[in-house]
Amino acid sequence: MKYKSVFDIIGPVMIGPSSSHTAGAARIGRVARSLFGREPKWAKISLYGSFAQTYKGHGTDVAIIGGLLDFDTFDERIIGSITIAQSNGMEITFIEEEAIPDHPNTAKVVIGDDQGELELVGISIGGGKIEITELNGFELRLSGHHPAILVVHNDRFGAIASVSNILASHELNIGHMEVSRKEKGMLALMTIEVDQNIDDSVIKELEALDHVVKVAKIVE
Amino acid sequence: MFRNVAELVELADTQNKKISEIMIEQEMEVTGRTRKQILKQMDVNLTVMEQAVERGLNGVKSHSGLTGGDAVLLQKYIQSGKSLCGDTILDAVSKAVATNEVNAAMGTICATPTAGSAGVVPGTLFAVRDKLQPTREQMIAFLFTSGAFGFVVANNASISGAAGGCQAEVGSAAGMAAAAIVEMAGGTPAQCAEAMAITLKNMLGLVCDPVAGLVEVPCVKRNAMGAANAMVAADMALAGITSRIPCDEVIDAMYKIGQTMPIALKETAQGGLAATPTGRRLEAKIFGIPHVHGEQQQ
Repeated sequence: MKYKSVFDIIGPVMIGPSSSHTAGAARIGRVARSLFGREPKWAKISLYGSFAQTYKGHGTDVAIIGGLLDFDTFDERIIGSITIAQSNGMEITFIEEEAIPDHPNTAKVVIGDDQGELELVGISIGGGKIEITELNGFELRLSGHHPAILVVHNDRFGAIASVSNILASHELNIGHMEVSRKEKGMLALMTIEVDQNIDDSVIKELEALDHVVKVAKIVE
Repeated sequence: MFRNVAELVELADTQNKKISEIMIEQEMEVTGRTRKQILKQMDVNLTVMEQAVERGLNGVKSHSGLTGGDAVLLQKYIQSGKSLCGDTILDAVSKAVATNEVNAAMGTICATPTAGSAGVVPGTLFAVRDKLQPTREQMIAFLFTSGAFGFVVANNASISGAAGGCQAEVGSAAGMAAAAIVEMAGGTPAQCAEAMAITLKNMLGLVCDPVAGLVEVPCVKRNAMGAANAMVAADMALAGITSRIPCDEVIDAMYKIGQTMPIALKETAQGGLAATPTGRRLEAKIFGIPHVHGEQQQ
């Protein structure tokens, strides 16, 4: 079952005109923002397929930037988000890509500041639902509809067990989990969708674990 | 958990409950949230729908200039007393248009099931409100019943124009609305399913061919027709008329039609109305494109 909640059907409440091109785009931007953990100083957004062809008319551009400013799909500030971002000093570049993506509504968001960079690829699959397909070169699948944590870790014995033990001790139920790594024994990424939001204290506990490099959470 | 309309109707019949109640209980089970939380969230969505209709009836204009103002025209026409169709249907149509015009103008709406098809369910709901005088709870139930049928379509076929054509968007919305109207009017769960089937049958094959790729033309007027279709089908079902093809089979037919539909007719703006000479001219004008697709560049 792709759709689990009645609010996937009656909802989301959003700024028009397109659940795929506007609400989905805002959510992609917002996930990037959550993972980055702060407002970026610059953003390079590559748009593919239908996103590239119709983004101006659908407000896909303002929606993604709205997401980067941490605005929800229904936040009316989305309409003026580019102006708001620029007045905050954010440098914004949009690139209309010609490559044919796997999914017609694909965006690559590269954001950064003096302290770091983040690259994320998201697709908008309809009705405002999104999936994150790539993060910093790691392939992953994240519905964007459940609270999730991303754990960047070293690919070592017990790393996964230690993370899941901490989640279990806080009675956090794992709904979906994936591990991806670029190379055996090197940096790896755990993607964990859970049923309820996670306290920052749990995130800190996870960060303190051996072999864990970085932990980010995505709130529903 | 119900997986199709037959199971949904059976659950409602055997437990002697309304479709809306089955949907609420499933939502509680799946999400672990309380009944109060779930009803509250739907109440918020209902308020968004009310505000969008109100805004649209006061007149809006989209950024592209392609749409806006038609809901106002229709309301004035209804008030003139000269309408041929009957006030309730035209009221539903005007309110569906109002919502979708607000959507096109980057206003706040509730996707039902998508933004492009957001007009049909609230349009019909607020039109039958005057006739049936529902309580707030019954109006919220209307949305759960719509959601239950949309849930089946989304999981067994599609609610996305890009995946299944406009039959999947406005078609689904119209079917969802028809079923909910029947429940609100006192029909049985089986009659809700008949209304959904009759509506969707008449939306089959509907392509998604947005001019300039924007959710405006022909989307706003398709929301209008989706609302009218839902109203008529609901009356037919309440009259005791049944669909010869069961609802689940209609949904499956819709899915298969969507799969065999050419890509040019699935939200790509490559075919249909988008590819007409006027469609191409509008596209060039809106996006400032110096040449028109499909013609040789000089």
